[in-house]
Amino acid sequence: MFGYYLDLALRSLKRTPVLTALMVLAIGLGIGASMTMLTVLHVMTEDPLPGRSAHLYTPHLDPLPINFKTDPLGTNPNQNLTWPDAMALLQAHRAVRQAAMAGGSVLVWPQRIDLQPFYVDGRYTTHAFFAMFGVSFIKGSGWTDADDQASAHVVVLAETLARKLFGTVDAVGRTVRLGTLDYRVIGVTTDWAPKPLFYADASAKFYSDADQFFLPLSDVLDSKRLDGDLRISGNISGWSTSNGDDLRDPSTTWIQFWAKLDTPPQVTAYQRFLVDYSAEQKSLGRYQRPSTNAELYSLMGRLRHENLVPDDVKLQMWLALGFLGVAMLNIVALLLAKFMRRSGEISVRRAMGARKRDVFVQFGIESALVGVAGGLLGLGIAQFGLWSIRHRPDDYARLAKMDPSMLVGTVLLAIAVSVLAGMLPAWRACRVPPALQLKTL
Amino acid sequence: MEIRPILSTLRRHKLTAVLLTMQVALTCAIVCNVAFMVANRMRQVSLPSGLDESELSVIHSTDIGQDAEKNPWAQHEADLAALRAIPGVESVVAVSYALPLNKNESSYGTCPSKQALDRAMQVMSIHGTDCIEPSVYNGSPGLIAALGLNLVAGRDFRADEYVLGQKTPPVAIISSGLAQHLFPGQNALGKELYVGHRIIRVVGVVGTLLRPNLHGPGTNYDSMIWPQKPDSPGSDYVLRSAPQDRQGILQAAKTALLKVNPSRIIDPKYMQTYTQIRAQYFQRDTTMIGLLIASALGLLFVTALGITGLANFWVGQRTRSIGIRRAIGATRGDILRYFQTENFLIVTFGVVLGVILAIGLNLLLMKHYELPRLPLWYLPIGAAALWLLGQLSVLAPALRASNVPPVVATRSV
Repeated sequence: MFGYYLDLALRSLKRTPVLTALMVLAIGLGIGASMTMLTVLHVMTEDPLPGRSAHLYTPHLDPLPINFKTDPLGTNPNQNLTWPDAMALLQAHRAVRQAAMAGGSVLVWPQRIDLQPFYVDGRYTTHAFFAMFGVSFIKGSGWTDADDQASAHVVVLAETLARKLFGTVDAVGRTVRLGTLDYRVIGVTTDWAPKPLFYADASAKFYSDADQFFLPLSDVLDSKRLDGDLRISGNISGWSTSNGDDLRDPSTTWIQFWAKLDTPPQVTAYQRFLVDYSAEQKSLGRYQRPSTNAELYSLMGRLRHENLVPDDVKLQMWLALGFLGVAMLNIVALLLAKFMRRSGEISVRRAMGARKRDVFVQFGIESALVGVAGGLLGLGIAQFGLWSIRHRPDDYARLAKMDPSMLVGTVLLAIAVSVLAGMLPAWRACRVPPALQLKTL
Repeated sequence: MEIRPILSTLRRHKLTAVLLTMQVALTCAIVCNVAFMVANRMRQVSLPSGLDESELSVIHSTDIGQDAEKNPWAQHEADLAALRAIPGVESVVAVSYALPLNKNESSYGTCPSKQALDRAMQVMSIHGTDCIEPSVYNGSPGLIAALGLNLVAGRDFRADEYVLGQKTPPVAIISSGLAQHLFPGQNALGKELYVGHRIIRVVGVVGTLLRPNLHGPGTNYDSMIWPQKPDSPGSDYVLRSAPQDRQGILQAAKTALLKVNPSRIIDPKYMQTYTQIRAQYFQRDTTMIGLLIASALGLLFVTALGITGLANFWVGQRTRSIGIRRAIGATRGDILRYFQTENFLIVTFGVVLGVILAIGLNLLLMKHYELPRLPLWYLPIGAAALWLLGQLSVLAPALRASNVPPVVATRSV
């Protein structure tokens, strides 16, 4: 029977080719636009470190003076940590692993004569960074706690930078000049750029920035903070008038901190530790605000809090869904009118013994055909939409690709749309009473 | 035209009519809001900066030589002389980094009086005080003329007022926007500004001067200029020339700068005409405008398609009754008007619902996306557009209906 109904449906659609084409086009545009935007939203809210993210946490402390007016919309100094606080958390060793970090850029002087000096972005951090985030090394390894303490002049390069500088990944043991000083390469990692770059400061381009080098955090202390050899690229903000140029200042925040906590008891213990630490600082007179302001964010919680998806992208998604909604209403109305016009045909079929179910299936197949064709077109349109997004200069542009789950999602959406759009007209068609229509013939 | 028979016909096609009404309503609601968003973004994209943008281009250079830190201003002076010598360059100035719409902003809390400053120090914030945080521009002598700024009161800086790099100058020129915000209803000339603990006297007021970053309609024009020569290895050179020469002059500038001192970084990304700087700043908005217009047109098209398609079916379905009506005396005009009125009724229901939906949608957008309130005059325009669209899309099927010959009545089906 299915083949027969398919044939009937095709004949019926062919009788009104222009209308059919326009219906398919409308539904295709709706699905295409919606899937483009849903894919963008999907890749922007994805887990940057699957498998590890559940155990990663970032503490939030509130060392601001009591009368400091925070800006509810803008960035506030207490979003990052001060040097003394970060060092205290680091040395407390309360988490399984912990690392402090800050983004930066340095001027690289290549030894190859065919290369001009260039600036490159990377991260200043402490030794546990690599193990905690699971950065994998091609050659060599990271540095040690002792290197951190000694502000050792060692550097870890990402594969791309190592290849660019030395033409090979086997760069361990060689020397690279950053700013005015020489650093010894002790490790080369595979290219490392979680999307989003969750541990970066709020000023970063979360979807396009990547770390090309890693240096011990203590190295930057000797550098002038803005014009020096090792520049810090994130927000440096403070609330004291006397902080000058010193990054060790207890009222200047610029550091991000992440901790690995494996079990729920560890998480609660760490939360308590943060509150206790704040209380201690308060009793010492350094903090003024309630110690319960100290908080611990999980990685995904932090990303939700940061709200990385721009409003424009969300608006575009709602617009696309609105378009799909109107297109669907349109298809339903048109199919309904089309089916009801064939009441005579239906009533004859019914009078000749077709059950309601048969009529429903027959017309259901016709509307499903429109939906499937629209879905296929929509898939094409979505690929085109994503392709055009990839060619835009936006931060997230290069990520706009469909993964298998979104591909399946598109097919499911197309099926859902066609079933929803076809259900009502088919149901109305199968309720056409046989006798009454025969009488009017 | 008698409306009752139309209503009773519609009642028999209740579901279809309701669906079409809903479609018109949704389209009306979305299109009204989309039009409003487009208008907002258009206004944003075309905000004047106060500069003669069509004649300006900017090149950034960072000195990375061994002695880069020693006397940057001397290097800038040599660079300026070399750039001035390029044929076609009318004037050239060096600025530290901030320029309108280039996103490199430096701003200082600025107070109109000592009392306001004390209050701001007390709460450690400028919120809720008379102080504001304008953007600060600086540059080598000749900045005002080179950028094409309009000095509306006071004078340009004197040569002896210029300071180097990080030092605070004794005087400033402020934008008229900042003058109004700091000293409402007063003449800002000669007034003293409290910038932290430093006191700066206003010697001039320029007209429009946009900020490097836009923070909101109320503060977009709060800016001031300091007589401060750039004094760090990195600096922007602003070149003024005929609009069509700009690309060529940027290339010539790069060559000239490298000739003066080869140990520097000139990134092609930071060699831009001002037209490019503006386009880059508003890139997202222009994309959004395109998308919004495309989706509004798409929606209107789909709705027109729905109306035409439906009317076509109805005409086909009612061919016989149209024939009967014609046979008993209805003119072609009667039939035409019948379908036009029917469409008008459906669209009217839709538009009434749509206007309410449009306001609701706007409230939702205001809440979640900080959009301003939809001016009410958008609604009648949106309604009129849909009425027009409805009438246009029903015209062809209605004309077809009016051409049904009366003889159809005598045929069976």
